Amino acid sequence: MSGYTGVTEQDLELMLAAIGVDSVEQLFDAIPEAVRLKGPIGLPPGEPEQAVYAELRRLAERNVCTEDELCFLGAGMYDHYVPAIVDMLMSRSEFLTPYTPYQPEVSQGGLQVMFEYQTAISELTGLPVSNASVYEGPSAVGAAAYMAKLANKRTRVIVSRGVHPDSRETLRTLAVGYGTTVDEIPLTDGLTDLDPLRAALNDDVSAVIVQQPNFLGTVEEIEALAAAAHEHGALMIVVADPLTLGVLEAPGNQGADVCVGEGQTLGNRLDFGGPSFGFFAATEKHLRSMPGRIAGETTDADGRRGFVLTLQTREQHIRRERATSNICTSQALNALGGAVYLSWLGRRGIEELGELMLQRTHYARETLSALQGVDRLHDWPVVREFALRLDVGGLDGVNRVLDRCAAAGVNAGYALGRSYAEYPDGLLVAITEQRSRADIDRFAAVLEEAVAAERAPAPAWAGA
Amino acid sequence: MSDAIPEGGATAQQRERATTIFEKGAPGRRAFVAPQLDVPRVDGLIPDRLRRAEGPRLPEATEPEIVRHYVNLSKRNFDLDSGFYPLGSCTMKHNPRLHERVAGLPGHARLHPLQDPRRAQGALELMYALQCALGEIAGLPHVSLQPSAGSHGELAGVLLTRAFHEDRGEQRHKVLTPDSAHGTNPATVTMAGYEVVKVSLDADGGVDVEDLRAKADRDTACLMLTNPSTLGIFDPNIEEIAEIVHAVGATLYYDGANLNAIMGYSRPGDMGFDIVHFNLHKTFTQPHGGGGPGAGPIAVSERIEPYLPRPQVVFTPPSNGGGPIFDLDYDRPKSIGKLRGFQGNYGVFVRTYAYIRSLGAEGLKDISEVAVLNANYLLARLRDEVGELLPLAFGERCMHEFVLSGAPMKKQLGIRTLDLAKRLLDHGMHPPTVYFPLVVDEALLIEPTETETRETLDQFVEAIAAIVREAAEDPEIARNAPYTTPVRRLDEAGAAKRPVVRQAL
Repeated sequence: MSGYTGVTEQDLELMLAAIGVDSVEQLFDAIPEAVRLKGPIGLPPGEPEQAVYAELRRLAERNVCTEDELCFLGAGMYDHYVPAIVDMLMSRSEFLTPYTPYQPEVSQGGLQVMFEYQTAISELTGLPVSNASVYEGPSAVGAAAYMAKLANKRTRVIVSRGVHPDSRETLRTLAVGYGTTVDEIPLTDGLTDLDPLRAALNDDVSAVIVQQPNFLGTVEEIEALAAAAHEHGALMIVVADPLTLGVLEAPGNQGADVCVGEGQTLGNRLDFGGPSFGFFAATEKHLRSMPGRIAGETTDADGRRGFVLTLQTREQHIRRERATSNICTSQALNALGGAVYLSWLGRRGIEELGELMLQRTHYARETLSALQGVDRLHDWPVVREFALRLDVGGLDGVNRVLDRCAAAGVNAGYALGRSYAEYPDGLLVAITEQRSRADIDRFAAVLEEAVAAERAPAPAWAGA
Repeated sequence: MSDAIPEGGATAQQRERATTIFEKGAPGRRAFVAPQLDVPRVDGLIPDRLRRAEGPRLPEATEPEIVRHYVNLSKRNFDLDSGFYPLGSCTMKHNPRLHERVAGLPGHARLHPLQDPRRAQGALELMYALQCALGEIAGLPHVSLQPSAGSHGELAGVLLTRAFHEDRGEQRHKVLTPDSAHGTNPATVTMAGYEVVKVSLDADGGVDVEDLRAKADRDTACLMLTNPSTLGIFDPNIEEIAEIVHAVGATLYYDGANLNAIMGYSRPGDMGFDIVHFNLHKTFTQPHGGGGPGAGPIAVSERIEPYLPRPQVVFTPPSNGGGPIFDLDYDRPKSIGKLRGFQGNYGVFVRTYAYIRSLGAEGLKDISEVAVLNANYLLARLRDEVGELLPLAFGERCMHEFVLSGAPMKKQLGIRTLDLAKRLLDHGMHPPTVYFPLVVDEALLIEPTETETRETLDQFVEAIAAIVREAAEDPEIARNAPYTTPVRRLDEAGAAKRPVVRQAL
């Protein structure tokens, strides 16, 4: 018996008698002999709580986390500070342990949080309607392209190579199912270029997908790209980083029809990639074809203000094969973390934090690109992340630089050559508010030494 | 408490108008204090045309205001830690607090998803061990942890099916689902580009084998099946079903929503399934968070393995001065590709792993036994008390959950299943799943789970009996319930007709 179940011998006797059987095994009689498991499940015996804790702690200690090194790695998830109130509120039983709010009379807390979350996402993105969350960023991109197909029945999307590699790959995986072809357009000097987009566009195109800032950290010119998409009746889908939207214009104000993205930067931990949440916002006319839960305001029998899950006729449990998506469980608790975080950060904070990232990132780009053998990959405006070029002979050299930096306690970033053959010598560096000037200076010293060591001529005896 | 109708018409909480965080605070207030700007300030880093003209109107409130707001909101929720939550098909079992503690260790919680695998060996070892454990439980050799939830696992499974057929040069167009299936099954089929073909149920609530035989053909890609079904019935014809499906070259897909009923007794792989998804948030007790997060790993047979999503966690025995022992393998040429970012909901994997290590083989079997025992006990007690009004929809006994029909109650007492559910709220209990599965009129789908004691089950029976007695005297009470909740019945039709989905600012 585990500590999680509590059938005593007396209980068992009484329960079996009530049911009218002699043993628990009899309750499994419906399972045919041929498909029965002969013998125990091939797993070790259970352990007491303290032993399990010790094992999980041992595993945790075999990971180098962002507390163990100076982390400049981003590329989709970022080491931002998570305020204590987020942890405190996310771990309250009343938010942690209920199911999806199917009974609104006893779920007003969770439903109102969804409503507040939707309001905050609408404000950030500049789009009037938001759902209550999807799984995470890349699958949100796939979901947005599916909604575009439902909206205009077209079967081709154009995606910029500035969109996160995971998002592009996820989009391809999912689009095979719903019968949409995916065409990529290249970056020019780190920016999505209007000319190749215009060349690729025609009236078969369902949507154009661009990321803001893009994977190289570059701030994209959304307005011009959206105008080109709209000329052909295609939807403009912008994949945005919500924490940069205090300083960058809202995609909704630049012509985006849909704005989706990864919510991890809003008060969610790294968790080796999840759980976090994806957000999904759109213009009013797409409200009834959006995926996922949506909280709406209403009144109760006595005229009091209240909240419910609304427009459920879009959803799988009502509409089944005609639903706008198959999503059911999403990321409500993580979205709650996002809502609390945005309340904590507040109207001024989102601008101040954005400005701080902007200034420190600029400083870091200037400082690092002044090093010998280090150059910037592009000159476009950036907010939190930027790309460098290391003159160390390509991806293998960059990887060796990363190893040298790691040995000195610095996680130097993401080797772009891992997913961009066109940038074999690229290094992507992220500067969150947790990285001070002193940290950046230390990084510069470590990087300088690592690059110099890689560039040093091999001694005469090497390779002999 | 049980028949409480507040005097004067409203509880203290009901008298308070709901106000959002956007309506609280005041201009200039803040909780966040920015770190000092420690680099030389440079103007014009973002050209004006790209710079935000008007900032987002987020709340302006202090930390104490924010904490009070959300804590008060939390008190407007019912939750599993506070009371019985027999929501059928959702497996609302206790969430051990150890899991929260271990998932919060910085080595797990603050690990970057792109950390070099050589410096994330603990995480990869955990994922590898979890893959092995899930493979054992499913009776299938290969596991991908990547899908984010059950529905995402289903989509993975149908896309794997597509890849499997197309790799053989076959284009198939239909996927079969029984009438009792979760809505996610048919919705998934559509998203994966297939046509849904429904299979009828037989008189006992199982798959109608003759109807299946008639509909399964060379154009059938897959049969998606939940076993035990959403009716709480283990399909006794499972071998024959598997034979029919495999004979036409289709795959057999296992919706793992009800896996909690059979661990240690049977494995989907042994039943002939090719692809299984797990709902880690159900069977392996992830806190449900008011609608996620969850995780929906999949286990597959040998013939499906080449198409699994990438990356896969792989193990290489250590060699002299060799590289990492655990690694991420992206080199999978036949893979359907990624289904999401990075490696999946790792935080959920940590909790699941802790659960499996706590229970072990015997413990997992024990929880399935107690889940089935509790469900049958509850069914037997309800049959004794209210069996005439709320009969079992199919069969005599059940697995881990069961479906009652409220149709006789509606006819005899004039209250619907919905009214019964709402009145239960006044008794401090969460109602069962209602109006699902669709094949049962006025359905109540009840899943007590193994973590509830006999006393709690007895209290539930008492509550149902009390509501029914009350309704026999005055059905209006249930029809207008609930009375004691933070709000009373809500106008859902009005909400959908004129949707208000954000706070006016």
